[in-house]
Amino acid sequence: MSRAYELLRREVALAWGRGGGPLVSVGFYAGVATLLPLATGPEPARLAAIAPGAAWTTLALAALLSLDRLFERDYEDGALDLLSLSPLPLELACAIKCLGQWLATGAPLALFAPVAAIALGAHITLAPLIFASALVGGLAFAFTGGIGAALSLGARRGGLLTAVIVLPLFVPPVIFGGGALDAFVAGLPWRAGFTLLCAYTAAAVALGPVAMAAACRNALS
Amino acid sequence: MTVRLQIDGLAVRRGGRRLFQGLSLTLAAGQAAALTGPNGSGKTSLLRAVAGLIAPEAGTIGFGAIDPARARAEDLHILGHLDGLKPGRTGREELSFWTRWMGGDTASLEAAAGRLEIGALLDLEVRRLSAGQRRRLALARLIAAPRPIWLLDEPLSPLDARWRVRMGEIMAEHLKSGGVILAAVHDPLPIPALSLEIPEEGRVVA
Repeated sequence: MSRAYELLRREVALAWGRGGGPLVSVGFYAGVATLLPLATGPEPARLAAIAPGAAWTTLALAALLSLDRLFERDYEDGALDLLSLSPLPLELACAIKCLGQWLATGAPLALFAPVAAIALGAHITLAPLIFASALVGGLAFAFTGGIGAALSLGARRGGLLTAVIVLPLFVPPVIFGGGALDAFVAGLPWRAGFTLLCAYTAAAVALGPVAMAAACRNALS
Repeated sequence: MTVRLQIDGLAVRRGGRRLFQGLSLTLAAGQAAALTGPNGSGKTSLLRAVAGLIAPEAGTIGFGAIDPARARAEDLHILGHLDGLKPGRTGREELSFWTRWMGGDTASLEAAAGRLEIGALLDLEVRRLSAGQRRRLALARLIAAPRPIWLLDEPLSPLDARWRVRMGEIMAEHLKSGGVILAAVHDPLPIPALSLEIPEEGRVVA
């Protein structure tokens, strides 16, 4: 277990340092939240209506920002070789890398998402659900994103490839999460959407590492 | 003596080109082999095949009585010019992580740092180390996390004359304690070693 903990500590530290870490993602998020009223017009009613959807779109894009370096750096400097020579299976190491990514960038984004949504005019009662769904959705983004990052290892312009691979995988959490928020705003039952989001995340956490490890092994060989 | 590493009839193909075939080598505990050959002949690929990172086209790689997957997870070090050290982290952070990842502890880490005289360098960021200092930091991992099989890719190249001698002593000690070393080199190893040459193309002569 100490191996897993040491790796998690290292991954959080690396993700934190990766191109400015959480500040870049949060800054990106703040940038979109600021530009949105300028692009769509400042009518409060319209902004309040699109605030939950904007929160999800921005979350997904911000998650993409730091993703392409998740495996690439370890692949380039040989660390991935060494990570595979351990009693800890590579699958688990990949899962821990994604968890570190989520702790360092997903969790700060989840904290910031309600603030940005309320600033755009979302009602304050929406804040807890935005926070919870961003937290859970961020985990799905990290684990499905990890698959894309691992698959694009060794490719030139891997960042672009990662985005292309990952965007379809980002669609379900955006639909479920955004749907839950819309339902909540409209006073409709929202639990189904949120539960589906949790289910998708659970599947990503369970299956993603297997795909990532296979992609990493393939890139190394 | 127990057999630690047994390579039998190994052939490796990379990028559509067969690098070598029919390569056989047996290393018992306490033996070292120096792997020579021109650039691109497949020395690094052989080491990576032994480490299980690439699948050979033909042949087998055995680790005595130990299951290969277990041997690779617990008994094997590989060290090449890609040393896995992150430039932005300090030497201590990196050495301490890799030591624990490979199965060492704090005491063995301190011993290794003393042995390679990198104690004063550990608080610097890896990017500020010279090539030789960085190599010593990477080599410290071998001592900090004791594993019997060392696969070394050009281990001496960035080291100065003094450290080449010291590295020879360290390798000799490792062999004495029952380890095995397979090293790809251009200069002769500073320890008694079997010689294995990979020719430009074709069959291997051991």
